[in-house]
Amino acid sequence: MATFMSLAEAVSGNLFDGDTAAFEGFTHLIPHAAAHEAIRQGRRDLTLVRMTPDIVYDQMIGMGMARKLVFSYAGNPGVGLLRRLRDAVENGWPHPVEIEEHSHAAMANAYEAGAAGLPCAVFRGYKGASLARVNPNIRSVACPFTGEELAAVPSIRPDVTFIHAQKANRRGDVLIEGIIGIQKEAVLAARRAVVTVEEVVEDFAGVHPNACVLPHWTVKAIAVVPGGAHPSYAHGYYARDNRSYLEWDAIAADREAFTAWMKQNVLDKDADVFAGRVAALRAAR
Amino acid sequence: MTGFTSDEMMTIAAARALKNDDVCFVGIGAPSAACNVARLTHAPDITLIYESGTIGTAPEVLPLSIGDGELCETAVTTVSVPEMFRYWLQGGRITVGFLGAAQLDRFGNINTTVIGDYHKPKVRLPGGGGAPEIASSCGEIFVTMKQSKRGLVEKIDFFTSFGHGEGGNARERLGLRTKGPTLLITDLAIWKPDQETKEFTVTSLHPGVTREAVQETCGWQVRFAAGLAETPAPTALELDTLRALKARTAAAHGGQEVA
Repeated sequence: MATFMSLAEAVSGNLFDGDTAAFEGFTHLIPHAAAHEAIRQGRRDLTLVRMTPDIVYDQMIGMGMARKLVFSYAGNPGVGLLRRLRDAVENGWPHPVEIEEHSHAAMANAYEAGAAGLPCAVFRGYKGASLARVNPNIRSVACPFTGEELAAVPSIRPDVTFIHAQKANRRGDVLIEGIIGIQKEAVLAARRAVVTVEEVVEDFAGVHPNACVLPHWTVKAIAVVPGGAHPSYAHGYYARDNRSYLEWDAIAADREAFTAWMKQNVLDKDADVFAGRVAALRAAR
Repeated sequence: MTGFTSDEMMTIAAARALKNDDVCFVGIGAPSAACNVARLTHAPDITLIYESGTIGTAPEVLPLSIGDGELCETAVTTVSVPEMFRYWLQGGRITVGFLGAAQLDRFGNINTTVIGDYHKPKVRLPGGGGAPEIASSCGEIFVTMKQSKRGLVEKIDFFTSFGHGEGGNARERLGLRTKGPTLLITDLAIWKPDQETKEFTVTSLHPGVTREAVQETCGWQVRFAAGLAETPAPTALELDTLRALKARTAAAHGGQEVA
């Protein structure tokens, strides 16, 4: 049953040291504000899951929160590599991070299997791919009817999933529009789900009957954080802040610059700063 | 038409390979420009699909990421990521997958994962994303990339996406029913796999390009087809379309390079 609360309460009540946590968003609606709150609360030893870890995962890994990363594409979209992740993987700074790497098809199937309550996902994939040799969680099964060899991966069942969405209504139902990515599956696969939203509306009157709505009883906590996806975007609200993605490359290239930036822009701030960060991007959407 | 860059020739040659009735899965990187030039010239009805779930998209500018808002706003429909990979890709609905590569070998195997040992990488690259299954589930695969000895290598460090393996009928032996890489478009030439060995062979040199230039920027001993052709130079329409697209893109993204 969704309860409206502050982001700080939503994170402290749902994310714990050692958790497997997904902060999902496929380029769109990335829950930056929630991840920054998790960074401020100093959670440790997390297994971080995401198909497309980008700069907010770079930040969490650089701040030493992750024990392990499960992913299928780790990059700064349109810019390049994740420098904090590379430093962790290549040099063990600030500490080594274990990686479990998949393809998008595998992770999409694994989330869906998690949402469907299945122990594993079966799909046609990884044929001839080296990942199957370096990741012991990539296995195969024979179709019992045709004998075809299919790939199998364990389902993803996060302890907690965080997503950002456009709207909640008063009751706590959540509406996601635009590129919906893997958000619905990631919420339904998780034991607990926390959603940040741009705004709360009275009801969803006029919303298309086939819209992507998560009923209030699938969500534990909702926090209203306008701009909470920044520098990612919220379809219908504000545009992607491409400049921030570009600037991140230089910040993340240097450990001291990174540490100073995190103090100034994350540790010494709170969730209220996000609304201001997207003010100029609202017109540009 | 004179006065075009080798990059422009590459994008335009790649665009020409697409047909009006293709359903094309657009990979991140260089393929995006080629696919949209095709749509804006000879293939107005082509269906472009980006892995963020946007089907039949028609962006005015090139997206910076595979999930830019304009891809969704101009799409026929936007589906979830699991639906994209299960129904549309695995379901066999895609005729062409268009991929870029960090490293490519002569048999069209692609590495975008790691340089050096996987567990002790020299350079950790972003990884495969959708590419492993794009490479196996699309009807055929086109690859486009600039030539360099670091890019076109004798042996790739990691098979992110399987092409023709060690050549011959390697795909068939793995149980793959799709064609795999059938075309490589570089800034210097057009390459097609040999029918038997599946080794990429140069079938057409771009205008003004020599065999030596192709060899100097390739890490393996290059084979040239018997009836080596010259790629037709870009037409005025092709070049104008590409340059206008790039200009609109630069204006929209503040001069950033696009993926």
